[in-house]
Amino acid sequence: MKFDGEHLLPGQVGHFFVLLAFVSSLVAAISYFTASKTVTEDEKRRWILFARGAFFIQFISLITVFLTIYYICSHHYFEYLYAYKHAARELEPRYLLACIWEGQEGSFLLWSLWHGVLGSILIFTSKKREAPVLAIISIAQFVLLIMIVGIYVFDVRIGSSAFSLTRNEINGPIFSRPDYMNFIKDGIGLNVLLRNYWMVIHPPVLFLGFASTIVPLAFAYSSFNTKKFGDWVKPALPWALFSGCVLGVGIMMGGKWAYESLSFGGYWAWDPVENAALVPWMIMISGMHCMAIYNATGNALRASYLFIILSYFFVLYSTFLTRTGILGDTSVHSFTEAGMAMNVLIGIYVVALSLPMLIFFIINYKKIPSIQKEENISSREFWMFIGSLIFFLSALFIIAVTSLPVYNKLFGTNIADPQDREFTYNKVLVLVAFIIGLLTAFSQYFKYKNTGSKYLFKKIVWPLSIAVIISVLLAIFYPVEYSKKGPGFLVAIYLALFASIFAVIANASYLKTILKGNLKAGGGAIAHVGFTLMITGMLISSGNKQVISDNRKTGLFVPFEKDPTGRSTENPLENLTLLKQVPTQMGKYSVTYLYDSAAAEKTRTFYNLHFQKIDSSTGKVNEDFILSPDAYRMKDNNLSSNPGTRHYLTHDVFTYISTISIPNESKDTAKFHVHEMGVNDTAFYSKGFLVLNGMLKNPDNEKFHFRPTDTALVADITVYGQDSSRHKAYPALTISNQQLSFIDDTVIRQNLYLNLSGLTNDRKFKIGIKESERLTDFITLKAYVFPYINLVWAGLLIMACGFIVSITRRLKAANYITILSVSLVLLGLFYMFLIANN
Amino acid sequence: MKTSSIIILVLIAAAIGVLLMYSVDFSTYDTIESAKLKQGKYVHLIAKLDKSKPVQYDAIKDPNYVSFFAVDSLGGSTQVIYHNTKPAELEQSDRVVLKGKMQGNIFECDNILLKCPSKYKDDKKQLEKTVTQY
Repeated sequence: MKFDGEHLLPGQVGHFFVLLAFVSSLVAAISYFTASKTVTEDEKRRWILFARGAFFIQFISLITVFLTIYYICSHHYFEYLYAYKHAARELEPRYLLACIWEGQEGSFLLWSLWHGVLGSILIFTSKKREAPVLAIISIAQFVLLIMIVGIYVFDVRIGSSAFSLTRNEINGPIFSRPDYMNFIKDGIGLNVLLRNYWMVIHPPVLFLGFASTIVPLAFAYSSFNTKKFGDWVKPALPWALFSGCVLGVGIMMGGKWAYESLSFGGYWAWDPVENAALVPWMIMISGMHCMAIYNATGNALRASYLFIILSYFFVLYSTFLTRTGILGDTSVHSFTEAGMAMNVLIGIYVVALSLPMLIFFIINYKKIPSIQKEENISSREFWMFIGSLIFFLSALFIIAVTSLPVYNKLFGTNIADPQDREFTYNKVLVLVAFIIGLLTAFSQYFKYKNTGSKYLFKKIVWPLSIAVIISVLLAIFYPVEYSKKGPGFLVAIYLALFASIFAVIANASYLKTILKGNLKAGGGAIAHVGFTLMITGMLISSGNKQVISDNRKTGLFVPFEKDPTGRSTENPLENLTLLKQVPTQMGKYSVTYLYDSAAAEKTRTFYNLHFQKIDSSTGKVNEDFILSPDAYRMKDNNLSSNPGTRHYLTHDVFTYISTISIPNESKDTAKFHVHEMGVNDTAFYSKGFLVLNGMLKNPDNEKFHFRPTDTALVADITVYGQDSSRHKAYPALTISNQQLSFIDDTVIRQNLYLNLSGLTNDRKFKIGIKESERLTDFITLKAYVFPYINLVWAGLLIMACGFIVSITRRLKAANYITILSVSLVLLGLFYMFLIANN
Repeated sequence: MKTSSIIILVLIAAAIGVLLMYSVDFSTYDTIESAKLKQGKYVHLIAKLDKSKPVQYDAIKDPNYVSFFAVDSLGGSTQVIYHNTKPAELEQSDRVVLKGKMQGNIFECDNILLKCPSKYKDDKKQLEKTVTQY
């Protein structure tokens, strides 16, 4: 049958280039592998040249595929299932990018694109190691591309293509009609949870981090090839640093996304998806430190191998956890079940490279040189190694608890998450933070090989005393108030806080006193300052997070009389209901829910809350601002809310909507009385009168954001109550897709509903007035104050800079390059974290 | 890596192991019937909203009180009380994972995970439903 209105060409082009990329990645893998095994220089050269060609063809094909998907999504070609599932007409262009990486196929494509970029850089920089290094990357690329190739082998579909057609994938009676395209007017669109600025930039960064973990692994592989164990460490170290930097930033961008857009009430919830990204990062950090030890002393080579291999393995394992649907019952935001065939492919991807590498490592274990002499307990490498080990073990702890659903699947058990998941992790990791903090502070002052105790004491005494003083002052003047987990945990928080402060100061003073302010040599110290500052910020902001929407404190609401549980008092009652235009005391703020305003997307509404902090003695208003948290309300009542946040240097006021009132028409018996009014006419209601000031066409004001292309008419009305109050109201009518729709307005204080129901023949307007005794409009929200959360973001920025400094130093780059790249990264992150979304 | 490091390594591993043993109080997935036998113990129930009985929630009176009935595939039934706002899509959910404790005949829930059809874009059957609405 011939179908009308389909655009089949982009799909054919896209599919062709997927196949081309797939085949050429195989060719590249085989030829690079052959080259790495070839001894004669001449022949090796020829294989490498051939392989390069294949690799670049593959890379260019992937870029074409990406552009084709973007083209399909941006032109709303819903005949393609991918566009139908992920795109929609109302999406802004930047969200079109987000909808590419919302799906399995698109996110795998993103990953393989980064492989292409990294591979291209390595072709020019890895010199003698090009063949083995690129062989590993091409093999990974090949396995990755199987998942998006979408071809049939003996009736079994291998991988899922982003270019399959809606009518081939979904059964439905409409697909037997040649004009079915007329019925598919819009796509399902990007999940509203993901319609956020961070969703556009955080996945590319995170996937670059994931993709980059393969580079140190590929270098390690090259040494198995040459049997010159150890000389891979030097060229691989900058890549390990790069990986640690990008992955770390990507993870925290995810945290910022959770903070700004998800109603988690924070930036970290120990969700399996978050853990799955954190674990490879922690192991990469351990591996990186072991590599640095090897560079300086020749120790810890075996550990370097192991950690680099495991870091890569856990990247893939986390892919397995998040994409096979195995986390279904435990995680809020994992992918859904992708089908058996896809799961098998993902399983293959997990072991395809990491298992052989582990076997190589075990076979060669005895041959990998290690120093037999015992490390001196006063040497830096000893303590660095202990630190790496603790980091590694805590990563294992995290993944062991996260993998619960996997055990259940394997052994048929039915173990579930503990009652307080966050506390399960926190109570172990707060001690880890304490030990790591101390080690980070002390080991900077140790020298490699051997350190005199006098020297050590002299150098460490000042930072230590300053840290003690600051911690004591903090405990007195700004105590941590997190007492709900008992005094033991509070002591642990204080210990960790002291250790992190100590580490910040010790590393900062190391930069000053020992490196004499030579920042270029101090990448490590800078990164440590950043990391421990971040931990300090986390401890303070979480420890002293305040719930200001606390029902118990306002005393406004009596518990449900019929509550059979008798409601325990330690239960935090975090939701507070605000009636429209009724001020409610919330913490130090008096909060009034003013009015709603519409957004560009039709299901989204902003709720404007007026916060005022009034000095009770003088009556002066100290703080005065409006927060506009918003919520998407879907057809099926699904509510998805984005927080509104007021940023201060020292704290954030953070609020999000947890329930909105649903207007229930059936209970309301009052009817609209229609008045035909001209401009400046007056109409009366029981408690006063109202005046039609004028008509606005497509206004763009505090309440509406129409565009000149819309067709909308808004009545500008002022309501004068008998109580001498004055209110503005803007009922509206809009025409879109030849459909008329009405947007009513309400004046809650007067129990008044207004609508604009049409025009009369004599150029008057039909204004409907309804009076109701029922209060309807309210919202329920949660509100928190996060103190010193900026320490977290500032710490991250400093850490990233430290990584960059280290990388440029290892690459022996010129000074101006270091300065340039640090300022670029700093500027970029500063923009992204503090400016872009405000 | 010689004796001293190995000793410290083992010590740390042991310490973390001990911490683990004491710290992680895992819960279990249960049916409503088996949860009733484990009074006061923290469990996960996989159940469905009983649509024949009313869902009680009035945000104006008390935004932190939801009461509804849940049934599971084995025919068990219980009243559930949740001290939070009503999840907006509760009535539309196919399946709910309820975390909490059984107290008498009432399940005191502190966390609800909803499985909603709308979230399952990748589910073909659901897509077919959506498409046939046209």
